[in-house]
Amino acid sequence: MTDHLKVFEWAPVRGVWRRELALFRRYWASSSFASIIEPTIYLLAFGFGFGSLVGHVAGYRYVDFVGTGVVATATLFTSVFPGMFNTYIRRTYQHSYDAVLAAPVDVHEVVAGEASWIAVKSGVYSCAPILVSLAFGLRPHAGVVAVPIFTVLTASGFALFGIWASTVVPSINSFDYIISGVLAPLFLVAGTFFPISGLPHWAHPIAHVNPLYHCVELVRHAVFGFHPLADLGHVGALLVFAALMWFLAVRGMRRRLID
Amino acid sequence: MAIVLRDVVKRYTDRDGTSIAAVDGLTLEVPDGVCLGLLGPNGAGKSTTMRLLTAQSRADEGTINVLGHDIPREAKQARALMGVVPQTDNLDEELTARQNLEVFARLYRVPRAGVRAAVDRALEIAHLTGRADARADKLSGGMRRRLLVARGLVHSPRLVLLDEPTVGLDPQVRADLWGLIAALRASGVTVLMSTHYIEEAERLADTCALMSRGRVIATGSPAELIADHAGDRVEEHEGPPERLAEVEGLAHRAGLPTRRTGPTVSVLRAERIPPSLADNLANGDRVVRRAANLEDVFVMLTGETVD
Repeated sequence: MTDHLKVFEWAPVRGVWRRELALFRRYWASSSFASIIEPTIYLLAFGFGFGSLVGHVAGYRYVDFVGTGVVATATLFTSVFPGMFNTYIRRTYQHSYDAVLAAPVDVHEVVAGEASWIAVKSGVYSCAPILVSLAFGLRPHAGVVAVPIFTVLTASGFALFGIWASTVVPSINSFDYIISGVLAPLFLVAGTFFPISGLPHWAHPIAHVNPLYHCVELVRHAVFGFHPLADLGHVGALLVFAALMWFLAVRGMRRRLID
Repeated sequence: MAIVLRDVVKRYTDRDGTSIAAVDGLTLEVPDGVCLGLLGPNGAGKSTTMRLLTAQSRADEGTINVLGHDIPREAKQARALMGVVPQTDNLDEELTARQNLEVFARLYRVPRAGVRAAVDRALEIAHLTGRADARADKLSGGMRRRLLVARGLVHSPRLVLLDEPTVGLDPQVRADLWGLIAALRASGVTVLMSTHYIEEAERLADTCALMSRGRVIATGSPAELIADHAGDRVEEHEGPPERLAEVEGLAHRAGLPTRRTGPTVSVLRAERIPPSLADNLANGDRVVRRAANLEDVFVMLTGETVD
């Protein structure tokens, strides 16, 4: 049996998922509660608060504009934080990966298992704002069914970014630099709460290299109508982002776990 | 041979750029079906050796072969055939005992249909059947350690690496684990056990390798090592420091090795004390006569002071 072990095997990925599913069965109620309540609060605050002042943005009702933007922010936060904190804690404090790597498992398989679980969970839960928006009067295009594909793709990249970041920081407190210095600007320069056309010209190129911007565009186009050529470009940008983060995350974890 | 290491060197670089060899020209062979005790003081290179065998550390020089597989090239294949019980408790605290084992059964490629039986068997070996559904963080220290052993055995490995399996445990828990390891050894599984507890090696190991400063400095069965390096009997002399220094001087002049044992000095190979020296050595001291043991060998060969 052991002579047939390949460079990449699904068994370690299933092993990681087995663990996560066991925990999810315990915590699904609180996770689901948070994923519904948070976008509801956002939509109430921004949609009805700002919405009463703004009315329409970029041709959409502001509450619909925000509802689709919140999908992307939910994707960012529910993928990058587990990527950063969970992997840092498991590697540094719990030494879980030392145990796993003593089994027939390689670093890239651990990364694949962790990132895929985070991406799927984040991608599915990030669709909750769409459901909440329906209650706020959103009338989506049929393309809305593609939203989970885009959120899973985006979450893959950000989960891997978080895993990579966990290998770069010298201590858990250093995540503050990443949260304030990287994630906050990403979150604001992505067209989530206001269109990027409202930003100064110098900020436009920054928005275009921001993976979250591509996610926001894809979600809005899925809900309000696809722009095929542009959307191919957005998907390509997210694929490049995920591939680059995969390379960095695996290299970083290997450097930290194998000496 | 289950394990063959030849001229293995593993260096680490300090923060100030100094290169330190944690393993320095290590050559070691572990035959199939043997329990080999890897003895040595803290910092001797035992844990690094364990990590080298799983390819979690990569050797700078030398060759390593585990169960016929070259490390690190075929490390994945080798790891599938061995179980590892680490020194650090790295159980998944949020999972139950059973769930911990189920996850590792998957990682060790236990066929899906056999997972339940494999987990039940591992729980039984570790006497944890009754606590299978308890979360790991609710188990006592001894139970957690037994669960770590069970985790390393869930796939019925041919080779088990035990890295300081009883470090920091109460004597009762230690004795309990010794029973578990002895049963493992009796079942024909090859065991490589690192320890700095002499009694543990004496009780469990068929053969011992003494490590110091990254290399093996003596090998043999506990009885052979004792006979070769400490003789049959030991005389422990108690007295003030100047008297102990005098006893050491007398013994050394007669070619007898000594070691300090706290407030006493032990004269090894006491069976060779010539009658002419016996009275001078005793000289009214309180003397305890005992059989030589592996601790005498350990201290003789690895030094009396701690680095």
